[in-house]
Amino acid sequence: MTENGIAYERRSAAPVITPVQPRRLAKVPFVELAEGRLQGVVSSASRVYVSSITAGDHGLSCNTNNNRPCGGLGGTRPCNHIGALIDAAVAQYGLDRVTRYLKVTLPDGGQDIRAALHAKAAPNRAPEVFSSFLRHLAYLELPPTVEPLPELQWFPATAATPR
Amino acid sequence: MIADLLHARPDGVQEAVALVDAVDDALLHGLARLDDERAGALESLAAAFSGSPLADRVADSVGKLIAGTVTDEHLAALAGARSALLGAAHDALLAGVDAALGRTREPWSATAVPADAGRLSAGARSWLRELAIAGWRGADHEVAGGGAQTVQALLADPSARRLAVLLDGFAAELRAAAPVATLQRVPVRRWADLWARALLLSQDGFAGHDAVPVDGRLLILGVDLHEHPTVFRAQAHGLLETTGGVRLVRASVAAAKVDTINGPSAWRMLAAFPVLLKALAEQRVVQVGGMALTPGGDLLWEEARAGAGEPADPFAIARIRLGAATAASAPPLDRHPAAIAEPVLLEGCAAGQDSFDLGGATVAVDRDRLPVAGPLTPALIAASTACLGLLRWDGGRWAVQPLAVQALVKRKPVTVHTGDWALGPTEAKAAKAEAAVGTAVDVLRERAGRLLRK
Repeated sequence: MTENGIAYERRSAAPVITPVQPRRLAKVPFVELAEGRLQGVVSSASRVYVSSITAGDHGLSCNTNNNRPCGGLGGTRPCNHIGALIDAAVAQYGLDRVTRYLKVTLPDGGQDIRAALHAKAAPNRAPEVFSSFLRHLAYLELPPTVEPLPELQWFPATAATPR
Repeated sequence: MIADLLHARPDGVQEAVALVDAVDDALLHGLARLDDERAGALESLAAAFSGSPLADRVADSVGKLIAGTVTDEHLAALAGARSALLGAAHDALLAGVDAALGRTREPWSATAVPADAGRLSAGARSWLRELAIAGWRGADHEVAGGGAQTVQALLADPSARRLAVLLDGFAAELRAAAPVATLQRVPVRRWADLWARALLLSQDGFAGHDAVPVDGRLLILGVDLHEHPTVFRAQAHGLLETTGGVRLVRASVAAAKVDTINGPSAWRMLAAFPVLLKALAEQRVVQVGGMALTPGGDLLWEEARAGAGEPADPFAIARIRLGAATAASAPPLDRHPAAIAEPVLLEGCAAGQDSFDLGGATVAVDRDRLPVAGPLTPALIAASTACLGLLRWDGGRWAVQPLAVQALVKRKPVTVHTGDWALGPTEAKAAKAEAAVGTAVDVLRERAGRLLRK
């Protein structure tokens, strides 16, 4: 596991995060693997839904951003919003990273995370997740900078993936 | 000749790096779990500083850390010792570069200007302390995410941008890797580098240096692109012709972004710098008037003080002017082997996908630094007849990061630069792909406008 004989452990510029894949954002503008959950924001009709799945025990939650429960989420059956959230997460992070984070075991060659969830109902996380979305959007409002930022030498723009 | 550099083994670099390993290994396992062997390695580090101005502080701090007292002060001494070793390695390696290339470098002479005490840096130190105690192996979701509030506060303060951008990139890696205990390969050197630099930057009164206004012509050699989930940065390397001579300089513009904005679309985030982007995309000379230049050789870019002029071929510039240009020295606390990025021109050497054969020596191609936001590919590099790049050192070896190549494609000569797509992809397939996902920027901006400015 070396790049031309150089150990990964000894490289200052070793790649760590697999760059996310570009995807269309209109339906699911925001997805993240954070706070022990796959969570994000899903636009549907004229409403905004905030959906999440907890890692490990697969607790499902889906509410509008005004905290109204999603009518499609019946107990342990994922609603379409959660389905769209999973699809967007797989498009963005790849199947491996999403299954590893959620601790989902897929059958050999399987790709359907939805079917592999051992789901249960979980408390409403809409306020936290929506705040996280707003923090995410706030990056687009930060002014650019012309400071030399020497530490960015450690962060090459790259398609390289960790190995 | 670069071949000379590849054969050279500067005195002491290997030994310095071996001492750095002691710190890095301690951070891997966590200061809360120092066994006798790791404690011994840290004591050897302290011993190496005897006779230096840091001797007492390092010895005292290492003793306290081994005894289990992990304070900000002791950690600062540990990070300082590590940085001093890598700074010395940087100097030895760069001296080799200068000797091999015949490059003149101005010695560092600027006076430090202490910054105001940052009221937010205590939060950063506190998270870095937690990390050091837990070690990378102990970094679970909670420890990895523990710096989030501090980073948000730092981002909101323009004077803390440097530390904020570093911590945000570092934290994103820890979050992506958490729980690190289950990770097969841990980037031990890298995370220790980021941790130590962040700790130094979060010391109150971390010094800055005054910049002076300059007038002249900026001849751009190429552009290096940097990115982590929440930043995209274009750093141009070029020659500044002034009445006082020709200097090697850099000019950098960075924008905040989110992870879903990447690839060629990331250039859209730099739309506030049309003069620079035009100069990069069309290889134009830039006239600068009264633009600030730091003692470290960084032009602080101001669109209003720049004007794009006539086209100028970077290869021609490098052939005629690079050899006689004077380079700047890095600010003392920025010195680190990973910070070395020296512009070089390789001609008349046999290119492969992985290395350039310089006749008697080969230098690796740094393929991990080929950005998706530009048109350079491994195939073009392999077909190149000339390459403009940055000479870098990592993991104990030299490599060249190509910024532009002249190549033969289907027996026709082509020239390709990393900045060719600064105003959007010039190749039809890439332009179509960019148009499809580039709307991500518009979608998110529209949401931000609606939700954040009610």
